[in-house]
Amino acid sequence: MRYVISLAFLLVALWLALSGVYKPLLFVLGGASVALVVWLSVRMDVVGIEHNPVLFSWRLVAYWFWLFGQLVKSNLHVSRLVFQPSLVKPRLLTVPVPHQAAVSKVTYGNSVTLTPGTVTLKLTDDTLEAHALDEASARDLEAGHMARKICWLERQQEDCC
Amino acid sequence: MALLVDLVSWALLLSGGAFGIIGALGMLRFPDFYTRLHASGITDTLCAVLIIFGLMLQSGLSLLTIKLVLILLFLLFTTPTATHALARAAVVDQVEPVLADQGQPGDDHDAHSGEPSSKS
Repeated sequence: MRYVISLAFLLVALWLALSGVYKPLLFVLGGASVALVVWLSVRMDVVGIEHNPVLFSWRLVAYWFWLFGQLVKSNLHVSRLVFQPSLVKPRLLTVPVPHQAAVSKVTYGNSVTLTPGTVTLKLTDDTLEAHALDEASARDLEAGHMARKICWLERQQEDCC
Repeated sequence: MALLVDLVSWALLLSGGAFGIIGALGMLRFPDFYTRLHASGITDTLCAVLIIFGLMLQSGLSLLTIKLVLILLFLLFTTPTATHALARAAVVDQVEPVLADQGQPGDDHDAHSGEPSSKS
């Protein structure tokens, strides 16, 4: 029930932010659509601890800032390679995935793909297979900074590496 | 003050555009499918981020800002998924990556064993 209420509140906030036109008729329509979405989510059985937006703590925001820094760094690196294509030395690599929760594994896989220079090819329960554009990108991933950051992100819940 | 905001936002928009062009250039210059995915990563991330930040400065603080932030969030959440789907499809289809240390057999065996496993 807690999750249903928090989902409803989030949807109302989203609706208010996106609408911008505040008239009685639109409030009724907005309320009706929020109710419909909540009802559908309950029916689809996707309301639960993993999908609860309230669980996202300040750590997630901190992680996003860190990831943004990584993004800028790896973007500049790959941009340099665009101008010196002879430096491109593609390589495949496999790194361990130390996280417990499925959300963390997906976050890891997605973050690896998001940073230019590395693309996730395959994500299994405990390994991640990636394609790296050159030696520096590969070593960056193998060093495991990102995996540790996501461990830290996960630590708000009890089950962690 | 308004001029300063305009200047910063122009700088952001222009550099965003420049990164878009660099990404496109990378698509043309990189040797194979997988390396080209990395080039498209530039257009997916820094290019989009810079352009949206520039647009935010243009729009000022309003409901529009929230919409731009949401666009950015959705973009950053969905593009890696799309990229991964492409890469996964290539692996399943046994597209061989060009590797730096080619000619050493057994070095790159597990990437394209071709098993259509995993629910990607």
